[in-house]
Amino acid sequence: MPVILATDIIMFLLTVIFVFLALRVRSEGYLKDAWRQIKMNKLAMISLAILILYGAVALADSIRWRDPVLNDNGEAAIADNGSTIYSAEALTLLDRAFSGMRLSTEKTFSAPFAERQFVKENIEVADGTNRRDYPELKYPGAHILGTGKVGNDVFFSAMKGVRTGIIIGAGTTIISIPFAIFFGVLAGFYGGIVDDIIQYVYTTLSSIPDVLLIVAFMLLFGQSGYQGGLVNEADTILNFFVLNDRLFWLCFIMGITSWTGLCRLLRGETLKLREMEYIQAANAFGVSKSTMMLRHIVPNVTHLVLITMVLQFSGLVLAEAVLSYIGVGVGAETGSWGNMINTARMELSREPVVWWNLLAAFVFMFTLVLPANIFGDAVRDALDPRLRTK
Amino acid sequence: MLTYIIRRLLYAVPILIGVNLITTLLFFYVNTPDDMAHQILGEKGITEEAVEAWKRDHGYDLPLFVNSGEAGLSKVTQTVFAQKSIPLIWLDFGRSDRKNIDIGSQIKRRMWPSLAIALPTFLVAICVNMIFAMLLAYLRGTYLDIWGVVLCVAFMSVSSLFFIIGGQYVLGKILRLFPISGYDTGIYSIKFIILPVIIGIIASIGGGARFYRIVFLEEINKDYIRTARAKGLSEGTVLFKHGLKNAMIPILTNVVVSLPFLFYGSLIMEAFFAIPGLGSFTIDAIHAQDFAIVRAMVYLGSILYITGLILTDISYTLVDPRIRLG
Amino acid sequence: MSDKALEIKGLKTYFNTPSGVAKAVDGVSFSINRGETFALVGESGCGKSVTSLSVIQLVPEPAGFIADGEILLNGEDIISMKEADKRRIRGNKISMIFQEPMTSLNPVFTIGSQIVEPIMLHQGKTKAEAREIAIGMLAKVGLPEPGKLFSVYPHTLSGGMMQRVMIAIALACRPDLLIADEPTTALDVTIEAQILELMKELQRELGTAIMLITHNMALVYRNAEHVAVMYAGKIVETASTKTLFRNPLHPYTIQLLRAIPEMGNRDRPLETIPGSVPPATDFPDGCRFSGRCSREMAGCAAREPRPILKADGHLVSCHLYDPEFISTQASRPLHTEGKAPEPISTPPMERSPLLDVKGLKKHYPIRKGLFKRIVGYNKAVNGIDLEIRRGSTLALVGESGSGKTTAGKAIIQLIRPTTGTVRFSGNILTDLSDTELKPYKSNTQIIFQNPYSSLNPRMMIGEIIEEGIRSLKPEIPVRERKQKVRETIERVGLTEEMLRRYPHEFSGGQRQRIGIARVLAVEPEFIVCDEAVSALDVSVQAQILNLLKSIQRDFGISYLFITHDLGVVEYIADEVAVMYGGKIVERGTVEEIFKTPKHEYTKTLLNAVPRIEKGEKEYDGESAR
Repeated sequence: MPVILATDIIMFLLTVIFVFLALRVRSEGYLKDAWRQIKMNKLAMISLAILILYGAVALADSIRWRDPVLNDNGEAAIADNGSTIYSAEALTLLDRAFSGMRLSTEKTFSAPFAERQFVKENIEVADGTNRRDYPELKYPGAHILGTGKVGNDVFFSAMKGVRTGIIIGAGTTIISIPFAIFFGVLAGFYGGIVDDIIQYVYTTLSSIPDVLLIVAFMLLFGQSGYQGGLVNEADTILNFFVLNDRLFWLCFIMGITSWTGLCRLLRGETLKLREMEYIQAANAFGVSKSTMMLRHIVPNVTHLVLITMVLQFSGLVLAEAVLSYIGVGVGAETGSWGNMINTARMELSREPVVWWNLLAAFVFMFTLVLPANIFGDAVRDALDPRLRTK
Repeated sequence: MLTYIIRRLLYAVPILIGVNLITTLLFFYVNTPDDMAHQILGEKGITEEAVEAWKRDHGYDLPLFVNSGEAGLSKVTQTVFAQKSIPLIWLDFGRSDRKNIDIGSQIKRRMWPSLAIALPTFLVAICVNMIFAMLLAYLRGTYLDIWGVVLCVAFMSVSSLFFIIGGQYVLGKILRLFPISGYDTGIYSIKFIILPVIIGIIASIGGGARFYRIVFLEEINKDYIRTARAKGLSEGTVLFKHGLKNAMIPILTNVVVSLPFLFYGSLIMEAFFAIPGLGSFTIDAIHAQDFAIVRAMVYLGSILYITGLILTDISYTLVDPRIRLG
Repeated sequence: MSDKALEIKGLKTYFNTPSGVAKAVDGVSFSINRGETFALVGESGCGKSVTSLSVIQLVPEPAGFIADGEILLNGEDIISMKEADKRRIRGNKISMIFQEPMTSLNPVFTIGSQIVEPIMLHQGKTKAEAREIAIGMLAKVGLPEPGKLFSVYPHTLSGGMMQRVMIAIALACRPDLLIADEPTTALDVTIEAQILELMKELQRELGTAIMLITHNMALVYRNAEHVAVMYAGKIVETASTKTLFRNPLHPYTIQLLRAIPEMGNRDRPLETIPGSVPPATDFPDGCRFSGRCSREMAGCAAREPRPILKADGHLVSCHLYDPEFISTQASRPLHTEGKAPEPISTPPMERSPLLDVKGLKKHYPIRKGLFKRIVGYNKAVNGIDLEIRRGSTLALVGESGSGKTTAGKAIIQLIRPTTGTVRFSGNILTDLSDTELKPYKSNTQIIFQNPYSSLNPRMMIGEIIEEGIRSLKPEIPVRERKQKVRETIERVGLTEEMLRRYPHEFSGGQRQRIGIARVLAVEPEFIVCDEAVSALDVSVQAQILNLLKSIQRDFGISYLFITHDLGVVEYIADEVAVMYGGKIVERGTVEEIFKTPKHEYTKTLLNAVPRIEKGEKEYDGESAR
C-alpha cells in the first residue's frame, strides 16, 4: 500500500527537473556550453557527485509504502469488511535498505564504535548480586557514530535528516519559482499599474520579518497534520495521499517568504530585456504579448532562476536548523539536523560530554552545504559571466 | 530630497495597512479569538462565559473587518482590525495576551540590550569583512586569494548554531574566558557582550567577505580604474581610493537596509546567550503563543524595514553624485 | 637625446585563455618621432589596443603578459623596469586616453580632484599649485568656466566635454607620448573633429608625440604623419601617411581602402574581404592574411613573409614584394585576377511615393514633484515630413540624440507617435488600432544596429527567421514556411545547416545577415535600417552594404537608412534628410546635399567628416610590382 506525502511529490519533481537538465546539457544550447565549463572545474564535479549521492538518499527516503499487518498464521490480516489491514508505519526504501541499522537499537547513549554502553547501570552478575558498571552493547562496535539518548543509531538518524535538508533546500525554491517568474516577468513586461500592484505586494511581504511570518504560519498550520513517523488514516486523501504534511507547510511558507527576492531580480532583468532589440523585432512582427513573454523573456531569465536555486539551497538548509531550534521547524518525529543539534546542545552539558550527535549533524550538514556552495558558484560562473567571482 | 522622503512616507502607509491586513487574517481569521481564548485559558473545564470575558478584556469581541451591527463609519471602526491597527499609528502596541503587560514599554526597555549586542557585531563585522575582502581583491589571482575564498565558502557552509554552540563550549566552558550567557546592567554588561559579538562576527565573515570581494573585483574591471592606473597611481591608491568609494554604492544597499534592525535583535543569539532583548522577547512570545506580542513585533519589523529602505536611498545620494532624489 | 620618442622592437604580448595562448601582439616593431602623430590602424581584434596597453605597461594581469621585445622610451627600456619606476612614467612621460570618456572618468570624484592627482603625484606640487595648473589645463582644452568646472562631477558633462577632461588629465604633466585609443569613436562626427583639432593644437604647443589608434582610415589620412597597418597581431605595412595612401602595397591595406563606401563607388558593389579576422588563439600559419587575401599565392600560407623595405621608408610584409619568393614556384596566384564584379543597375526612380510622413511628433512627458506631475515634454521627434519612393533609399542622418531612431520606429509604428500621419501606399497607419495594424506589419520592417542584442540568444536561427512568418502569415502551411526559411537564409549568403544553430556561434557580420533574413522572410516593401552597419568593421560593413543593395534591386524594397556615417550615405542613399534637434533641417537628393548644402548644420557636419582626398587615391597595388 503506497503512501505519498506532499513533500514526496516535491522530491519526485526535483528528480524530474534533474533528469531534464541532465538531458538538456547534452543537446545544443546555452546549457551545453555552461556544462562544458562546469565540467572543467574538478572541485565542482566532486561537489556534484556528493550532491547526487545526497539526492539519491533523499529520493530513496521518499518512496514509501505500508506493509500489511500479518496475523498469527503469517498471512495478511483481513479486517471485518474484507479489506486488508495495513500497518500505520510507512517505511521508505531507505528504511528498508538500512533496516539493520534502523532496528539495532541500544538502551541509551553509546560512543562511536563502543563495545559498552556510555552510562553505568546495575548489572546482575551471575552470583545474583548487582554491580554498577557499563553494560555490554547488544551490537558492540556496530554504531559508527554511536547511539543517542533512546539508543537509536546516530548515523541512521543523521541520514534520515538528508531528505529534510534536500526538500527544504530545493523544494522551497521549487514552490517559490512559479510565483517569482509569473509576477516578476509580468511586472517588468507590462510596467504601469500591473507593476505598481506587484511591487506593492512584494514590498509588503518582504517588509514582514521572515522569521515571524514563518513562525506565525507554522504555529497555525503546522501543529496539526503529519509530523513524521506514523501515518494517521485521518490525514490521508484517497487512502494514500497526505497533503497535510508539516514539512510541506514549512516549505510552502519559506517559499512565500523567499519568492520576493527572485521576483525583484526577474522584474529588473525583464525591464532590461524588454528594451532589447530582439524584443522590438518580435514587436515589429506583431508577435502577441504572451508569446513574447514565453519565447523571448522567460527563456532568457531561466539562467537567473537556476542560479538563484543553487545559491539559495545552502542558506535554506541552514535556516531549517535555526527554525527547528525555535520549535517551528519540522516535526519532532521527522529526522532533521536541526532537531539533532537541538538535543545535542543539552548533551554537551553532560559530564562526560556526549559529542557524537552534534558531530554527526555537523558532518552531514557541512558535507551537504559546502558542495552545494561550491557547485552553486560554478553554476553561477558558467551561466552568468557578469557575476563571475574569479 | 524632501519631496522624495514625503513621497516614500506616503507610500509606507498602504504597505503598513497591508502588513496589518495579513497579520489580522493570519491571527484572527485562521486562528479565531475563541481558539486563542481556549489555548490561553486551558482546554478543560472552561466555560463559555470565561471565554467571552477574556475576549472582552482583550478587545477581541468585535467582528473582524465589518461590523454590521453599527452604522456609518463605525461599521468599519468598531472592528478588531481597526481597533487593533489604529493605535499602532502612534506606536501604541497594546497589551500582551498572556501576562497582560504593556508591550510598548517592554519594547522600549528591551531594545537597548539588543542594540548593545547587534551594533558592535554589525560595525566590527563590516570592518573585518571589508578589510579581508580588500586584501583578497588586492591579492586576486594568487594562491592566497584562492585559499581565502575557499575559507570563506567553508565558513559560509557552517550553520551559525555550530558557531554559537562551539564558541560557548570552547571560549566559555573550557577556556572560561567569558560567562557563557546572561546579562547585567550598565557597564557590567560588557563581559556578557563580548562573547556573542565575537561569535556573531565569526559567523558573518564567510558570506560577508566573499560578497565584498565580488563587489571589489567588479569595480577593479571598470574603465576608470584603468584610467587611474594610467595616471601612475599605486595599486593601493587605485584600490583604496578609486575602487572603495565606488564599491560603497552596492555595499550600502546591503548594509543600510539592515541598520534599523539593529534594535530588533537576533532571535538565536539572544536566546542562546540569555540576553533580555527584543529577540528573546519574541522567542518567549512564540513559545508562549502570545500573538499580541508577535503581531507587535511584525509591525515594528515592517516599520524598521521601510525606514531602512528610505535610509538606503538617502545614503546613495551621499556617495553617488549621479543620484538625485526627487 | 634621439629624435625618437618611442621605439618598439619585436614586441610580443600574449594572453593565456581557456582555448590556448592568444598571441594578440606577435612581434611588432615601429618607432614614433618626437612631436609627430603615429597612427596604428586595423580592424577590431587585430591587436591595436593590446599594443597600446603594452606601451603603457597596463596589460591586464595575470592572463596577459609581455613575452618578448623591447619598448624604448627616450632610449630607455621600460619593460625591464621596476613597478615603482613604471609608475613614475605612467601619467607623466606616457599618458593615455580611451574610447569611452563616459566610463573612463571616476563618477564619484570631482573633475578637479581627478586632474590634480597626476600633477601632485609626478610634479610634487602642493594642492593649491596643482589646482592652479589643473584650472589652466581645463582652460587649455577649451572648456568654459574652468574654475567652476573644477568642483563639478563628471556625469553633468557631455561626452565631448568628458573627452576634453580626459585630455586635460593626460596632458597635465606634459608627457612625451600620448596614446589615444579610438579617442573619438564614441563621439559624434562634429565633436570628433573638434577633439582631433584640439589634440593637434596641444601637440604643437607641447611637442607631445601621439600614438593614434583607430579603425578609421580617413581619420588616419587627416591626422597622422606616419601610419602602421596592423593585422592579426602583426604590422603588415608601415609608411608615411602620404606614401601609404598614395601607394598602398599590402593587399590588406588595399582591400580595406576599397571597402570604404563613398560617392565614387556607388554604382558598383564594394570590394569586400571574405570572412573576418581570425581569433588570436588561432591565427593561420605563414602569412596571416592568407585565406582572405585576393592576391594569395600558392606558397603564402606556408611561409611567413619578411618585411621588405621599399622607397621612402615604406615597409611591407607581403610575399608579393619579396623578389626571392616571387621567383619561386610558390608564387602561382590562387585566385584568377580581375574578375570584375557585376554592376548593379541603379534602382528605378519611380515617382510613386510608397510612404508619406506628415507632421510626425513623438513627445515623452517629463514628470517631477510629489505626485509625479507632468512638467514638460522631451520632444524627441518634433514634427517631421518625409516621402519615400518605391525601390529607393532615403538616408536620415544626424548626431546622436537628434531623434532619428525614434523617428524611424515611429514611422513603422513600433513606437506610436504622439501626433502626425504616416500614409503607407494609401493607408493611414497612424489611425489604425494595434489589431488593425497587424496586416501592415509584414510590409514595414526594421533591421537593428547591434548584431549581438538583436537576436534572441535562446532561439535557433531557424526559429528566429520563422517567427515573422508564423506571426504575420499564419495561413502559410508549415512545409511552405520551412521552405521559405531555407530560401531566405541562402539568399543572404548563409547555408541551410546553420538553421539549427544558436546566435552565439556566429560573427557580427553573419548575425547581421540573419537579421536581414528574418526581415526578408516576411517580404516587406519598406525596411528601416537603424544604424544597421555601424557596429561592423569596414570589410564586413562592405559585405552587408552589398547585400542590402542587391536585395533592393531584386525585390524593389525601399529603405529608410538611419545612420551617422556620411560615407555610407553617399554610397547607398538616393535622397538625404538631415535631422537636428527633433526636426528635419534639410532634405534633398544625395548630390544636392553633398555638393550644395544649405543649412548651417549640414555644412558643419560635412566639414567635420574626415575624407581621403580624390586624386591621391590611386591604390591599385599594381604599380609596385
